[in-house]
Amino acid sequence: MGLLDYFRSTQSRRSSNSAAVAKERLQILVAHDRGSRRDGPDYLPAMKQELLDVVRKYVAIEQDQVKVHLDRDGDYEVLELNITLPDDPRPVR
Amino acid sequence: MARIIVVTSGKGGVGKTTTSASFAVGLAQRGYKTVVIDFDVGLRNLDLVMGCERRVVYDFVNVINNEANLNQTLIRDKRVDNLYILPASQTRDKEALTHDGVERVLNELKQSFDYIVCDSPAGIEHGAFMAMYHADEALIVTNPEVSSVRDSDRILGILASRSRRAERGEDPVKEHLVLSRYAPERADRGDMLSVDDVLEILGISLLGVIPESQSVLQSSNAGTPIILDGDTEAGMAYSDMVARFLGEDRPHRFITAEKKGFFKRFFGN
Repeated sequence: MGLLDYFRSTQSRRSSNSAAVAKERLQILVAHDRGSRRDGPDYLPAMKQELLDVVRKYVAIEQDQVKVHLDRDGDYEVLELNITLPDDPRPVR
Repeated sequence: MARIIVVTSGKGGVGKTTTSASFAVGLAQRGYKTVVIDFDVGLRNLDLVMGCERRVVYDFVNVINNEANLNQTLIRDKRVDNLYILPASQTRDKEALTHDGVERVLNELKQSFDYIVCDSPAGIEHGAFMAMYHADEALIVTNPEVSSVRDSDRILGILASRSRRAERGEDPVKEHLVLSRYAPERADRGDMLSVDDVLEILGISLLGVIPESQSVLQSSNAGTPIILDGDTEAGMAYSDMVARFLGEDRPHRFITAEKKGFFKRFFGN
C-alpha cells in the first residue's frame, strides 16, 4: 500500500462498511428462514396437496379452499385443517 | 466407540474436502485410527487432495454392492500411520449410496476405527443427506461471505431435524464452526464479515479459523494435505483445530491483522 492508497483507503474505510450491511441482511434472512422452519415440518405442502387430491375425488374445489395450519403451544401441536366446500357441491364423477 | 464426524457446508467450494483431508490427517497424527470417506459420488475429489488418486482400485459403491470388501478398498496413507481413505465412486447413479448400504459399511468401520470422517458433497441432495445422517458431530465449513453463511444455517436446520440422532430423539449432533478463507485485514476494514459476526449469526461454537492462504492451493496441487506443511499459517490453523477438537485449550491465531510497520504503511509492500 503506497502513500496515496493509504489516504484513499482511510476514506473508503469511513464511507463503506459492506460487512455491516451483510451482517444485517443475514440476520434478517436467517431469522426468517428459521421462522419458516418452525412453521411446520417439510411434509406439510405435500400433505396439503394429497388432501386436496382426495377431496377432489368427490367434490370439485379450488386449490385455495384447503387451508392447513400447524400450531404449537408448549408440548402440544395442533394440526388445523380447513376445507371450504362450495355452496352447490358438484359431485365429481 | 467410534465417532462419526461429517464435514459439511451446503455451499460448494468453501473448503470441505481440504478440511476433511487435513482434519483426518491431524487425528491420525495424534494416534487415532482414522478413515476419511468421500461421499461425493460421481465427483470424486478427496483422492486427489490426499494424493492417492492413482491407488484407487475399488470404491465406496463397490463395497456397498458387495463387489469388494473393505480390506481391498481402503487405501492406506503412505505418509501418516493410522490413516485410511475410502474413495467415492465415479458412477453417475446418485442413488448408489443406499441407506442400508451406507449404514452397513459405517457399522463395519466402527469396529476398527476411532474416527470416521465423512466428506459431504455440496448441496442438500441425497449424497449430502447420507453423509450427514449418521453423524455424531459436524464440522460446518463456512466462508465469511453471505451465501455461505446462509447455506450453513440451512444445513444446521437439517442436522437438527433430519439426522439419525434427531429422528431417534438422542442428544443432538454436536456442531462446530470452521471459518475458512478468512482475511483478518479485510474484516478489520469492514469489507468482510468478522469471526464475531459469523458466530453471532450462526450461534454455534468456533472450532477453528483458517486464514485465506495461497499455500492451500499449492498443497492441493501437490496432493499433500495442508496440515502436513507445518510452516504455513493454514497448516498451523488446522493443527490447532484438531487439538481443540480433542479437548486441548488453544487460543485462536491468525484472526487479527498483522500490524504494519511505519515503512510498510508508507512505501507499500
